[in-house]
Amino acid sequence: METFYWIDKLVLVVLLFVISLGIAAYQTYFERKLAAWIQDRVGPDRAGPFGILQPIADGVKMFMKEDFTPSNADRWLFILGPGIAMFTSLITSAIIPWGPNLHLFGREISLQVAEINIGILFAFGIISIGVYGIMIGGWASNNKYSLFGAIRASSQMISYELAMGISAITIIMISGSLDLREIVESQHGINWNIWYQPVAFIVFFICALAETNRAPFDLPECENELIGGYHTEYSSMKLGLFLFSEYVAMFVSSAIMAILFFGGYNFPGMDAFKDSPNLLAILGIAVFFVKIFLLIFVFMWIRWTIPRFRFDQLMHLGWKVLIPIALVNMLVTGFVVAFYHQWF
Amino acid sequence: MIATLITQILGALTIAAAMMVVLSKHPVRSVLYLVVTFFFISGLYIMMNAQFLAIVNLIVYAGAIMVLFLFVLMLLNLNKEAEPKTPTLSWVIASIAAGTLFIVFIAALKDIVLVTRPGDQVAVSNIGLVKNLGNTLFTKYVVPFEISSILFISAMVGAILLAKREKQTID
Repeated sequence: METFYWIDKLVLVVLLFVISLGIAAYQTYFERKLAAWIQDRVGPDRAGPFGILQPIADGVKMFMKEDFTPSNADRWLFILGPGIAMFTSLITSAIIPWGPNLHLFGREISLQVAEINIGILFAFGIISIGVYGIMIGGWASNNKYSLFGAIRASSQMISYELAMGISAITIIMISGSLDLREIVESQHGINWNIWYQPVAFIVFFICALAETNRAPFDLPECENELIGGYHTEYSSMKLGLFLFSEYVAMFVSSAIMAILFFGGYNFPGMDAFKDSPNLLAILGIAVFFVKIFLLIFVFMWIRWTIPRFRFDQLMHLGWKVLIPIALVNMLVTGFVVAFYHQWF
Repeated sequence: MIATLITQILGALTIAAAMMVVLSKHPVRSVLYLVVTFFFISGLYIMMNAQFLAIVNLIVYAGAIMVLFLFVLMLLNLNKEAEPKTPTLSWVIASIAAGTLFIVFIAALKDIVLVTRPGDQVAVSNIGLVKNLGNTLFTKYVVPFEISSILFISAMVGAILLAKREKQTID
């Protein structure tokens, strides 16, 4: 039994690794196609039918390029930076419940690598660590544009983490748990948290944009002020890892939002499949991925619609708009939850 | 058995990382080693079954305070030339002070029993889990808990007041 447990987990880890990287690769293709569509262009269409081999071509290109390290760079930290960025993007997928339990080979297989009872806190811990990759990479490059990019990234991430955390507290109050699995289970059918917490969702979504350094908050890599931002000095696959980790982070944060606000793998009419748990699990996973893809689409849609903020506007929005909104929302939710449970 | 071994390895690594904080030549590296030290301390918390403390330690110290440290150090971009000259006397005084503190620690810990004798109850504490910690904080220790939160608020207000006192002239 114990060995089976470890084999299950190992298979799941490898699968998740491949799926996260695969989805991230095709996000780049999808993003370029979407940008082309919005700007009335054709987009990549040379590699394979409709250009669907483009991500592979890009990957090969990245690996083939010369890997250049600036002479005054801190060599080890220069290598460590992109590694940390990629690691922190990928590790969060370990705590996400990807679907209801599968029943295969006469045992129940959980589709969650690590069932920890403080899942949501773990996610926030990793988010707060995530800034180190950019900071270390930007500083070790020994380039002032890289350093500016790194400093912008860290101040932005620290500022938006606060509002993000406060808006997530309302979800914890409603669900009464820090466990992601329990948060998902509490949103059975279409009883999703978004109906109770639309304000928290909007705050959380804006913060997620800022945390993943996506437009309109992509000031750390603002090319017309900072050349390339924190990855100015990077080349070859090290640059590839930085760019790639942004897409993985986008995928994972969409998954977290789908769990917290859109019911994860719950969908209306799921009680009809009560008797066939495997079918329910497969449908649940499919529904979960559809939700994730829709959220990723919104990420990209925003990028090609809204112009970039100025840095002081960014700080103003974070500290003077989002945090007060999130705080008031938290207070109101606290009172409503207390009245609902009749604690007064 | 394995748990004890992991705890000991983690402890050794924590001390090694903490030593590197002091021994590193470059301040940025020192801060990064301090972050590593916090990671190992979180690992020790997990070995003590205190997951909540472990994660909060990571979020608060490694994720927020250390980022600010790093932030300031990177902006200052300290190097050998910029380092203020420290007179030899202050080195001597610092060594004596640190040595005295070390003796106090040794004195405090000298009677500790490192080996669990047969018959001793090895307490598996569950206090670090969210539910138990929350219950304890909000029932038994509610007054100290609230007072410490007031302390935090006053510190925040004080910081804002200090920042606001200088009239800003930049538009």
